[in-house]
Amino acid sequence: MSTTRALDGIDETLAPQGRRERNLIYEWLSTVDHKKIGILYIVYSLIFLLIAGFEAMLMRIQLAVPDNHFVSPQTFNELFTMHGTTMVFFVGMPILFGFGNYLVPLMIGARDMAFPRLNAFSFWISAFAGLLLYFSYFGGSGLYAAGSAPSVGWFAYAPLTAKVFSPGHSTDYWTLAIFLSGIGSIGAAVNFVTTIVCMRCKGMRFGRMPLLVWLYLVTACLVFVAVSPLTAAQIMLTLDRYLGAHFFDTQAGGSAVLWMHFFWIFGHPEVYILVLPAFGFASEIIPVFSRKAIFGYPAMVGATVAIGFISLGVWAHHMFTVGLGPSANTFFVFATMVISVPTGIKIFNWLATIWGGKLIFKTPMLFSIAFLFQFLIGGLTGIMLSVAPFDWQLGNSYFVVAHFHYILVGAILSMIFAAFYYWYPKMTGRMLSETIGKWHFWLFIIGFHLTFDFMHIPGLLGMPRRIYTYEANRGWGTLNMIVSIGAAIQAISILIFAYNLVHSYFKGKAAGHDPWDAWTLEWSTPSPPPDYNFAVEPAVNSRRPLWDLKHPDDPDSDYE
Amino acid sequence: MMSAAAIHTAGAPGGRETPWRQPYRGTVGMACLIAAEASIFIIFVVAYIFYIGKSLSGPTPAEVLELPIFGTICLLSSSITVHFAVSALRKGNLRGCTLNLAGTVLLGLIFLGSTAQEWYHLIHDDGLTIQTNLFGTTYYSLVGLHASHVVVGLILLSLTLAFCLMGRVKQEHAEKLETLSLYWHFVDGVWVVVFLVVYVLGR
Amino acid sequence: MARHWWVAPCAASFFAGEAFAEYPANIFAPAATPAHSIFDLSMLVLSVTLGIFLTVAGLLTYALIRFRQRPGDSNEEPPQIYGSDQIELSWTVIPILIVVMLFLTTARVILGTQAIPKPKNAMNVTVVGHQFWWEFRYPQYGIVTANELHVPVSTAAHPEPTYLTMTSADVVHSFWVPRLAGKTDVIPDRVNTMWFNPHKPGLYLGQCAQYCGAQHATMLIRVYAQTPAQFMAWVRQQQQPAQQSFPGDPLAAEGEQVFMHNACINCHTIAGTAATGRDGPDLTHLASRQTIASGSIPNTPANLRKWIEDPSAMRPGTLMPAMHLSQHDVDAVAAYLTELR
Ligand code: HEA
Ligand code: HEA
Ligand code: HEC
Ligand code: CUA
Ligand SMILES: [Cu+2]
Repeated sequence: MSTTRALDGIDETLAPQGRRERNLIYEWLSTVDHKKIGILYIVYSLIFLLIAGFEAMLMRIQLAVPDNHFVSPQTFNELFTMHGTTMVFFVGMPILFGFGNYLVPLMIGARDMAFPRLNAFSFWISAFAGLLLYFSYFGGSGLYAAGSAPSVGWFAYAPLTAKVFSPGHSTDYWTLAIFLSGIGSIGAAVNFVTTIVCMRCKGMRFGRMPLLVWLYLVTACLVFVAVSPLTAAQIMLTLDRYLGAHFFDTQAGGSAVLWMHFFWIFGHPEVYILVLPAFGFASEIIPVFSRKAIFGYPAMVGATVAIGFISLGVWAHHMFTVGLGPSANTFFVFATMVISVPTGIKIFNWLATIWGGKLIFKTPMLFSIAFLFQFLIGGLTGIMLSVAPFDWQLGNSYFVVAHFHYILVGAILSMIFAAFYYWYPKMTGRMLSETIGKWHFWLFIIGFHLTFDFMHIPGLLGMPRRIYTYEANRGWGTLNMIVSIGAAIQAISILIFAYNLVHSYFKGKAAGHDPWDAWTLEWSTPSPPPDYNFAVEPAVNSRRPLWDLKHPDDPDSDYE
Repeated sequence: MMSAAAIHTAGAPGGRETPWRQPYRGTVGMACLIAAEASIFIIFVVAYIFYIGKSLSGPTPAEVLELPIFGTICLLSSSITVHFAVSALRKGNLRGCTLNLAGTVLLGLIFLGSTAQEWYHLIHDDGLTIQTNLFGTTYYSLVGLHASHVVVGLILLSLTLAFCLMGRVKQEHAEKLETLSLYWHFVDGVWVVVFLVVYVLGR
Repeated sequence: MARHWWVAPCAASFFAGEAFAEYPANIFAPAATPAHSIFDLSMLVLSVTLGIFLTVAGLLTYALIRFRQRPGDSNEEPPQIYGSDQIELSWTVIPILIVVMLFLTTARVILGTQAIPKPKNAMNVTVVGHQFWWEFRYPQYGIVTANELHVPVSTAAHPEPTYLTMTSADVVHSFWVPRLAGKTDVIPDRVNTMWFNPHKPGLYLGQCAQYCGAQHATMLIRVYAQTPAQFMAWVRQQQQPAQQSFPGDPLAAEGEQVFMHNACINCHTIAGTAATGRDGPDLTHLASRQTIASGSIPNTPANLRKWIEDPSAMRPGTLMPAMHLSQHDVDAVAAYLTELR
């Protein structure tokens, strides 16, 4: 009975008949439903993933051989600025907000987010910010016709962003886009916290929330204290550029270092904002495919909160070469290294969850396993960077680029793929194809490792980042060629993934309520869930309500 | 396959559960917003403190700033009136609520007026603009950021006042008004910090 | 999975200097004390992280193989285990111990490199970063030069470390010569310092390591470490004022006139002449340098000519404008500059 109902739901969303078409567009543009907004976020960031990935491909073509003239220096500088900015603000953040929007209310048994209209506002303002960033390609030339897209790098160090060094309007588009996306993020975060604190269903005490919900709670709190400083700094930069203020104007006594502090006070917590939801996905998927409860739930929660707090006090590890002095450097070395303790707890708890389980290697699990290995390596290269003297060598080299792609691509993007394979059935009612999924997985893994394993080495051989070309006599050529080939393989795998998303939407196997035999509340609703989510408001007795249902003889509630 | 109803029954809370109560959405949402806004202000305050005494040219704060005692007293007392407005509404005293709201708006306006006067004085008589030096830059942006929050608060309070006068505000809206009053208290609290940093520490 | 990733840096460390000699900026081929102490520390860090990686990845791989679902397994769920205080405590405490150990070693190297007073016998150089070139001033010797830094070798018998005092004229740059020392940012609103003491003569390559605009990529650094005798010879040559008469070369003499009557003198200094500009590199002994445009273009007469004709054709984004000289004047100026040894 319920299966039929699920299929009805799909037929409705598909609705190809002409008469209803206009309504559909109107419906999506004006929706305040958390599931639709979630999907909007996701689709929007997928498009930006293709764009920013395409920019990465252009960079890789340029760098594949020494002394290349594929793009001009200016174009290259625009490419990495746009790539970095887009990936962080218009792929990473919105895709995680998208999944969160979709999943959090379902997982805590709520019917919507706390403020549905604020939710829609947050999405549309972020979307507008993304368009604004790319509008700089047309509007950025300004009076001086100096370049078009911004070319200041994603952390836009002052005073390069001052009017003298960056004439034209391109930098203003960058500033405005980040500012608006910040407003959107803060709005989304307000919504997450309020939803999680105020809308849990009966019995869903904090200690019973799925870990994913916990991770979104901490992420959202980090947004308040991390994204807001960036917003403030962007206001200052705008005042500098438009009203002639001197915050970062070194000629008038302003400070370049102050901007660095402000940016990294945002920038470091930001990377945890990106990674924590990925941890959340892992904490839901790994148990289900190991057929075991998560190991050490309280420790996982504690570690998350600890990571959130510690991450606020480590920002200057991006500034080891600034000359802050030995005592400041020493302090930030310690703070940075300490983060590995709670992070280690998480890794070990996932390991212990797998231990003694019965592992099922479906695509979501494959991506989660890749995540574990790749996050481990990315974290350990982070530890190397946190050793300040080592960072004096490695900082701003391709080693850093390899470190953060290891986490951003190897850990976060992998986990996002896992999340797609895992929750796509819930969102659409159809399974993603496993066969195409395996192709996607293996090509992605091969491409990823070719690209980012080999990228460490030019860094060790002295290759700085953000250079549009290099001389043949440096010995970086072969390695860069391998890196570029790997990137091409990644591109193919991502195109396969895109194909899978579209193909399975029409041709995929029907999913039913609960295709993975999982344990959290979202699987008790039809796929896709109806507008109101739950016909009857649920009430729970343990962390795994559906486990209790399926094993009435041995419910979780006995152990908590 | 189980249904949501099944979960409901399965999960029926046992006897040891306390009754299911969660905080009011508005309060939590406002608390979040305040956390975010506070971070923004902290960054501006840090920039202000960082640049104290670093201007390459005059005028200096000691030369041109005077303590805005009157405006400060007005703004701080408006916190009290808005508090009275909330408790009046809670008791169903609509008249008291309206009066206190009007008082709040008035006091807020006086504060804004005193800021405007101060700025006029600084710009016109002392020639201090946001471009003059680092003091001008940090002073106008910090005080301006605060003033813009006062403006937003005043707009919201005036709307509420208008609704009160139209008789559309009822006792059950007390929680909403309280949420708004939280924002107003926050704006006042920020002023205390701004006051200490700009007029006490900065001189 | 990514198990073999570690082979590369480890091999690099074992064969440092030898197998990787053809990489002129290899951080694992240190040639001065700061780079050496970083190298030693990095070996420790690499071994510790390698150990952690092998342990965790090993356990993970074992678990993946051992606990996979096998065909014909029963349908029953495995035993549910919710946690264990003892085990969890152990994997909290052990990392803490590792962190403390790593931290203490790191702190020692930081203090040993950054918190030591300036040596008395140091050779001082003031470094000024510009978009997109380096200015080097030797206050002890009254020399100003650009892009190519000459320093004496410092041996145990004859220690003479080089001490850099650095600032920037415009945006943030970073001074990085991997074989000599780690990088130090060059920032407009502050003065940073660093030091190194090359043990062997040779050419050490490096480059700007903080994105600073269009030509950040070609903002290279060349450090020539010379024996004390060679270095002093270089110093003496650089201390001479620029050559001003060119008996055998009328074209150069004409070029001097062209140079002195054009805006060149507003931006460039040629010691002993009317040219005292500070916006561009000092050209007094331009011909004694092997490269122009901060190490990115070989200093040949043909290249000089092309440069003067239109700098941004050779280096898009450079701050030197094309001066629109006639072909003949370009030839003359190039001839003049080629004579400035
Ligand atoms: C989501 C992304 C993400 C994450 C999670 C991290 C995690 C970490 N990062 Fe990374 N980092 C970035 C993204 C990320 N980083 C980005 C984008 C940049 C560059 C920005 C730019 O310049 O453009 C950067 C740059 C960066 C730098 C500055 C480099 C430079 O520019 O000079 C440093 C230096 O300390 C650093 C360190 C760390 C550390 C210590 C961690 C730790 O959190 C890692 C902790 C994890 C582990 C350690 C592994 C698991 C733990 C165990 C198995 C326990 C046992 C281990 C020990 C006891 C050591 N990172
Ligand atoms: C979430 C963040 C994220 C992600 C996923 C990626 C993904 C990738 N990144 Fe990126 N990167 C950053 C964040 C990210 N990056 C940041 C923050 C910087 C710093 C910027 C700065 O310095 O300011 C950076 C910088 C950076 C550099 C350094 C540039 C420089 O310093 O000069 C390089 C160089 O190789 C690179 C490469 C790649 C590659 C090959 C991928 C691949 O994984 C991408 C794979 C995806 C695709 C390939 C898309 C596939 C689709 C298509 C190809 C479709 C094509 C479309 C049409 C034909 C219409 N990145
Ligand atoms: C507006 C200032 C300006 C003017 C005028 C100017 N230059 Fe330059 N010049 C520069 C700058 C800045 C550089 C460094 C550019 C770079 O490396 O990208 C430079 C570099 C050079 C170099 C290379 C030096 C080196 O060591 O790299 C030469 C040679 C040179 N200029 C010659 C000339 C001549 C000849 C003229 C006049 C016909 C001239 N310049 C006029 C600013 C100027
Ligand atoms: Cu100078 Cu990069
Ligand atoms: Cu960081």
